[in-house]
Amino acid sequence: MNTKGLFAAGIISGFLGSASYAVECGPGGESIRILASDFPAIHAVVDSAEEKCADAAGEFTRNHTTEARQIMNAALTPNPAEYTSVIVANSTLTQLMNDGLVRPLNDLVARYGQNLPENLLIRIDDNIMAVAFMANAQHLFSRTDILEEAGIFEIPATYDEVIAAAKAIRAAGIMDYPIVMNLKTGWNVGESFNLVFLAHGGAFFKPGTAEPMINSAAGIAALETLKALAEYAHPDHLTHASNETQGIWEAGEAALGIMWGSRGAAILDDEGATREVTSNTVLSAAPSVKPGGVPGATLWWDGFTISKNVPDAAAEATFAALANALTPEMVAANNDDAVWLLEGFTPGPAAAGVAATAQGGAVPYPMIPQIGLMHNALGAELTDFLSGNESAEKALADAEAAYVTAAKEAGFLQ
Amino acid sequence: MKHRTFFWFVLPTLTSMLLFIALPIVSVFVQSLFVEHEQVLVVSESCGPFGCTESTSIDIEATEKLREEKPLGQFNGFDTYINRSHLAVAEIGAAWADSATFGEFRRTVGDLPFYRALAFTLTYTAVVTPMVILLGMAIALGVNRLPGLIKGPSIFVSLLPFLVTPLVGSLILFWMVDGDGVIGATIQLIFDDPNLSLKASAPLTWTMLIVYGIWHTLPFSFITFYAGLQTVPGDVLEAARVDGATGWQSTIHVTVPHLMPLVAFVTLMLLMDNFRVFEPIVSFSAEAHARSLSWIIFNDLRESGNPLYGSAGATSILTIIGVIILLTPVLIRTWRDFNRKAH
Repeated sequence: MNTKGLFAAGIISGFLGSASYAVECGPGGESIRILASDFPAIHAVVDSAEEKCADAAGEFTRNHTTEARQIMNAALTPNPAEYTSVIVANSTLTQLMNDGLVRPLNDLVARYGQNLPENLLIRIDDNIMAVAFMANAQHLFSRTDILEEAGIFEIPATYDEVIAAAKAIRAAGIMDYPIVMNLKTGWNVGESFNLVFLAHGGAFFKPGTAEPMINSAAGIAALETLKALAEYAHPDHLTHASNETQGIWEAGEAALGIMWGSRGAAILDDEGATREVTSNTVLSAAPSVKPGGVPGATLWWDGFTISKNVPDAAAEATFAALANALTPEMVAANNDDAVWLLEGFTPGPAAAGVAATAQGGAVPYPMIPQIGLMHNALGAELTDFLSGNESAEKALADAEAAYVTAAKEAGFLQ
Repeated sequence: MKHRTFFWFVLPTLTSMLLFIALPIVSVFVQSLFVEHEQVLVVSESCGPFGCTESTSIDIEATEKLREEKPLGQFNGFDTYINRSHLAVAEIGAAWADSATFGEFRRTVGDLPFYRALAFTLTYTAVVTPMVILLGMAIALGVNRLPGLIKGPSIFVSLLPFLVTPLVGSLILFWMVDGDGVIGATIQLIFDDPNLSLKASAPLTWTMLIVYGIWHTLPFSFITFYAGLQTVPGDVLEAARVDGATGWQSTIHVTVPHLMPLVAFVTLMLLMDNFRVFEPIVSFSAEAHARSLSWIIFNDLRESGNPLYGSAGATSILTIIGVIILLTPVLIRTWRDFNRKAH
């Protein structure tokens, strides 16, 4: 894992200031159409691409929508595709690749990507399928003032320490429910399981196959840990996703949180929370099982892809525009909107959690074709355990059975 | 009417019914009989900002070839209908053989996704439908007696729940029942339990969804019955009064029988609507405790990245069959009434 050099590389290359970008927008008069998620960092990248290359292009349109994941496969299937590029993350790249809707970028990188560092090129075997530009991961948020009030002077680093700290806070009568986590039934609870499962060293599938193996010692241990954490989360935790957990945190009603790094900047800014909350919130690595172990997180990147079903010239123009967008100036102007993987990035307090999690050796969200089916099965079946209706073994067996049924239908298992 | 004339008269209706109702259902049914091709997996190495890992990916060319040979996928017959996500025939058989008590058997079956959703869907339908009819009738009778001046405003206010989009209405209620919301906090105060949460317990979640369902569909039955009340013949009511019937007696023996065809109509509509309950589950984030058949379809199509069309199709067909079973008694009754009147 070459994650340690990742953030250092960003800083060092910033010092070198080697950036002498010649803007080359590729074939002129082409149509550039981008589909992307809707958050500030993605807007910044597309804005930058538009500024650099919209004049050279015949058409530059963009669709920022939180529903991008839902529409992208349908939008890229016809020839010519509706969009020339989709900005994706680990899991959504898999979703597009499963249907063969994105093209290998090797020749485009050779032509327009001289400034793109090697580690940002997402390779599947020898094919470059995407270019990453920012990172995200779940990690620990702590309120140091409340921890100190409960007699804890070090930020918890393991799950046991988190649970012990929560217990101390409750015992001290400060808060009944000091922990917040995204445990909403569906994708969120599935992802929360993934975090703890990976921290326990679990593997989702038998290597090289689509056979599930989550009903294992690691799976049971992960569920037990999750339940121990949930004991200290608000009784409504099965309805909490990112917006709710961020709200609880900003209202000062939680002291320990496992939330997305991308929420860090929003929590630390001067909107939505009192000074007491923001000045005492510390972002640190996701907890591990044992001291120094694998942090319980999945690393995510966001990056751009180029559609397969578009003319080569349009693909070239789109790639050139987006490759040109990733400049140190763009990063500097939007420094706190994301954990950029690009040169020019100065990691601030909002990026500390993601950086520490990556450096601690957390693993990336698996880029496996059938992971979406597994994630969905976990999301639907695990709440029975968390709400106390089922044993861990039964919930995991149910999740495996639900996955196997879906995987057979999708053709992954026969 | 001559047969020929009749044929030309109904032709446009028949054509559009075929196009917009029959064909989509047939297409959904056909899709439910197929599953995807085998996905040819190859072991690959994936590298990115966080290093390299060994992974698998789909061999697009090989899979594409399979897909071109048979564009619909692999024929699976009714296997999707009987798999674990639907009727779960094998699982129920095993549960029957393995369970020591009936309670254990019921628990095992209740844990299977389809039956779990069916349990909520049926409960919801069985409670909401009669409640909406009874309350709607009561409100209509009450409003009908009001003096003219306040009648108009009362009708308008009674219709309000129907004017709110279901998704928005349930979201508003969802925030109100939160521990920090006005209803949730009041309930905590009444029961003197600061940790009481409507969202955390299954029975309370079901109650909340059912109360919401009644609140939201009440105006539909109210306004239908209110319109019907305007057609109750005044001379019959007067005759009843002359015969010495009390207000209550003439309501039960004259007004309500007059409204019976409307009751059948409202029941039909409500059964169909309630059996497809969906929006409140999503906006109340109630998936942990209550799932409906429509929610399963939504989940199959939306949440797994690459949608499970066959599975969603099978659940849709099963939902249609469920609606037909529920409607049959009402339809038979209407048919009998129709025949009786015709002769």
